[in-house]
Amino acid sequence: MRYLPLTADDRRAMLGAIGAKTIDDLFVDVPVSARLTKPLDLPPHAGELEVERELSALAGKNLAAGQAKASFVGAGAYRHHVPAAVDHLIQRGEFLTAYTPYQPEISQGTLQMLFEFQSQVALVTGMEVANASMYDGATSAAEAVLMARRTVKREKVVLSAALHPHYRETIETFARYSDGEIVVNTPDPTKDEDLAALIDDRTACVVVQNPDVFGRIRDLAPLARACQAKGALLIAAVTEVVSLGAITPPGEMGADIVVAEGQSIGNGLNFGGPYVGLFATREKYIRQMPGRLAGQTVDADGKRGFVLTLSTREQHIRREKATSNICTNSGLCALAFTIHMALLGSEGLRQLARLNHAKTVQLADKLAALPSVKVLNDSFFNEFTLRLPKAAAPVVETLAAQGILAGVPLSRLYPGEKNLANDLLIAVTETATDAQMDVLVSGLKGAL
Amino acid sequence: MSETKYTQEHEWIRVEGDVGTVGITDYAQGQLGDVVYVELPAVGKAVKQGGDMAVVESVKAASEVYAPVSGEIVAVNDELTGAPETVNADAAGKGWFVKIKLGDKAQLDKLMDEAAYKTFLAELG
Amino acid sequence: MDARNTHKDSPAVIGAHPGTATGNRALQIEEQLLFEQGEPLRCGVDFPEPPKVTDRLGGLARKSDLGLPGLSEPQVIRHFTRLSQKNYSIDTGLFPLGSCTMKHNPRLNEKLARLPGFGDIHPLQPVSTVQGALELIDKLAHWLKTLTGMPAVAMTPAAGAHGEFCGLLTIRAAHEAKGDARRRVLVPESAHGTNPATAAACGYEVESIPATPRGRVDLAALKAKLGPDVAAIMVTNPNTCGLFEDEVIAIAQAAHDHGAYFYCDGANFNAIVGKVRPADLGIDVMHINLHKTFSTPHGGGGPGAGPVVLTAALAPYAPTPWVVHGPKGFELLESAEGAAKASVGRLKAFHGQMGMFVRALAYMLSHGNDGLKQVAEDAVLNANYLLARLRDVMSPAFGDGPCMHEALFDDKFLDGSGVSTLDFAKALIDEGFHPTTIYFPLVVHGAMLMEPTETESKESLDQFIMALRSLAEKAKAGEAAFFHAAPRLTPRRRLDETAAARKPILRWRPPAPAQAAE
Repeated sequence: MRYLPLTADDRRAMLGAIGAKTIDDLFVDVPVSARLTKPLDLPPHAGELEVERELSALAGKNLAAGQAKASFVGAGAYRHHVPAAVDHLIQRGEFLTAYTPYQPEISQGTLQMLFEFQSQVALVTGMEVANASMYDGATSAAEAVLMARRTVKREKVVLSAALHPHYRETIETFARYSDGEIVVNTPDPTKDEDLAALIDDRTACVVVQNPDVFGRIRDLAPLARACQAKGALLIAAVTEVVSLGAITPPGEMGADIVVAEGQSIGNGLNFGGPYVGLFATREKYIRQMPGRLAGQTVDADGKRGFVLTLSTREQHIRREKATSNICTNSGLCALAFTIHMALLGSEGLRQLARLNHAKTVQLADKLAALPSVKVLNDSFFNEFTLRLPKAAAPVVETLAAQGILAGVPLSRLYPGEKNLANDLLIAVTETATDAQMDVLVSGLKGAL
Repeated sequence: MSETKYTQEHEWIRVEGDVGTVGITDYAQGQLGDVVYVELPAVGKAVKQGGDMAVVESVKAASEVYAPVSGEIVAVNDELTGAPETVNADAAGKGWFVKIKLGDKAQLDKLMDEAAYKTFLAELG
Repeated sequence: MDARNTHKDSPAVIGAHPGTATGNRALQIEEQLLFEQGEPLRCGVDFPEPPKVTDRLGGLARKSDLGLPGLSEPQVIRHFTRLSQKNYSIDTGLFPLGSCTMKHNPRLNEKLARLPGFGDIHPLQPVSTVQGALELIDKLAHWLKTLTGMPAVAMTPAAGAHGEFCGLLTIRAAHEAKGDARRRVLVPESAHGTNPATAAACGYEVESIPATPRGRVDLAALKAKLGPDVAAIMVTNPNTCGLFEDEVIAIAQAAHDHGAYFYCDGANFNAIVGKVRPADLGIDVMHINLHKTFSTPHGGGGPGAGPVVLTAALAPYAPTPWVVHGPKGFELLESAEGAAKASVGRLKAFHGQMGMFVRALAYMLSHGNDGLKQVAEDAVLNANYLLARLRDVMSPAFGDGPCMHEALFDDKFLDGSGVSTLDFAKALIDEGFHPTTIYFPLVVHGAMLMEPTETESKESLDQFIMALRSLAEKAKAGEAAFFHAAPRLTPRRRLDETAAARKPILRWRPPAPAQAAE
């Protein structure tokens, strides 16, 4: 078996050195009743060719975005072009097969990269400090809520109705067995919420998304002031990190914690995972932050180096008093983010964002020319809500059968909300061509 | 001159009137290694004898500091926030953590005096 | 005086600086931060001119400078290549970290995860367009259920700790559904820190169960602590001392007698995969670390995946979404309604760590039934070989029987040498090995936990043994200063973690402008 180096001779020699007759002598502590005596009902080992054949067949049953006639699917995960250099670099064995950098002397590669990642995240979000990543944007949001409760020692949580439902649901699950109410309105892409009215002196935090799940962009500064006035924290979620290249970041609008999904930079769609959660906040809150942190220091020769720091917040030391139970970060995905962001720089991120927005404006204008549909947004970055004259989900199915991935019907995210049944979320990235936009427009025309 | 009393968890308390100054012993700071952070309670907080009062952190560990007596926190040593190394340098003096207004002075009788604490340490080996 | 610099080989004698003009040491190249190399207008990506439009950004166009450094592609490739060369990895050499299962990461898995049919599909595409993806998840679920003997599995947790959270949520939901809310969870002293952290996150009080002198859970102590208010016990098996809990069936029975659930931490599944089914030991729920037993890459800290196998009693509470068979093929139950109405809810956005699912299934198909059994046998054989060849110069913590896939030593063999477990580990680095896990589990003094895994050859193990024997002799010969100065040959020597914690510097900031001349 190609991954198992021991030969029969090796095994014999090693058993001899141990003083055991058979390998099963080493399993003597396993209760007899639990020892498997027959093989399990699973196939035997297979070579690369056979495994590749089997899994390629499964892959072939999926319509990849790049193979579709056109793809405009967003709602929290976005298809961007990742430069070829990124994937090559993350496959270097010293990155791919390295462990958590607990021995810093032989992990300076990982540690310096994480320090660079933390710096990049702080800059794009407009915040003071960021951690070394979490599982994804939704779990980052949930951890931010728990952190807010710990920090201001209050329980009530206010969630924007325009927060991505997966984020809301994850927060609700994480908070399921802790005290305190979670307040959320009915979602409506045609109206603005009055979240300030829901804040009182029992409120730990308010969670909003910008651009929100419908694609709308808002100034969070008035809400930040309203939170501050009552001693609550403002948590801003960003599901499309490229938007930070075009719009004012939440840090500059007064957010106390910014959480984001970093997938758009460096990481492909991958059917929803693995992704990379970003988490940034103010310096005064660093000891309440969950997740790993890489910090700068010097070594015994006085040279600058990096280490994991403030570890006493974490599970391996505080155990039941830890700020979170989290053990892994999203290391390799954070590396991909760092490399892509390094290739982009300020200039590249700005250009990428401008290109996304410009194409989205073009498509919105083309669609607005269709008589029976309406673009609901007054503002958007690279995603908007289109109101159709009939239910959106069947239209999306019809178009999918033609090889067109038209977007996400809001009924997929809000299955119970009848007033959203005709609404379709359409995302446009730099990967969309004019021809593909025309395919979508004529496809929709035909389906309506 | 007030007497210093000690707990089995290596806290010390020095009482003047009905207010006791509390810290951790030199033995404790030696065991901890470099102190990197001290988490102090809020002024006004009520504490119980033997209950959680503060946390002292080194790089690899976080240790609970327990209240040697019940009472109310009337002062905390803010200087430790910016200079946690003071705990290592002078645990018995400048490295004090809090001042407690005692609820019941009789609780001091349960604690060890200096000689008893020295014996206790010797037995720890 | 700092003892680290007094040995005859210490930098004070050989010179901290290698004596080159650049400060580089041949292939060990000093590399600055991205921020110290960038130019604002440089860019490593080319974009076409965007179409001219009036923006619809609601008046919130970003005015501030992003402050990110600009580099060309050659500079970026060189930067990260140089960084990678400062890392130890499985590809570099034996990585004997106990409890981490640092086995070889097959490259076929990387190739297959990148097939566009897996890598370029969006989670919210119509389900009819991703039937192959759902079938893959279902197939992997089938392998996990068959290997563990359990009837159900929750696929969405993103890591082991996330899986523990998932498992405890289902336990709490199950108790509350019966109107029987309980308060306590029992966790062995030797448990991994995520266990009590997770129990606390679910609102439980955590109580510790001591270990016996043989390193196993003390069954009598456990029984004494069990009661009608105990929701669950959390036990790792094989345990964190590398030993099989030989009384595990009695432990399960005791828990069940009191109506408590048995959560099994599956971190050490590599020792028994294909040889033992955890269901046959009486467990109710177990997370499996795909990045341990099933070879998905550690990536410098993540991403992982932690699917959770469940009994029929706990299955209804599994987090959404569920991949199920429907009349039109595979379906995704994304909300807590219908068949999933008792679900505890969603644990993260979308459907789980698909990229890790592809890799893990490729691993399983490659090994097959017979290969997986061989994995466990070779893993246990390799660890026992280390134990046998080191026990005369190092001190096994529990030496009176075989270990499982990892061998645990304590620091007794270093008594009187002035060398700590940490010092010993740092010296191992200069020999070309990543240290073992140190100071875990907490129940043993100065613990050194070594897990070679089955993908190490006998030659590799013999070299490791030789290095450890040499170091053990050196320590006993009184060469403490040598150990205190270690490592000496690495890109960075021991780093000041105290300063890093006292005055945290967590991001790059541009240096302050120089003082004006007088």
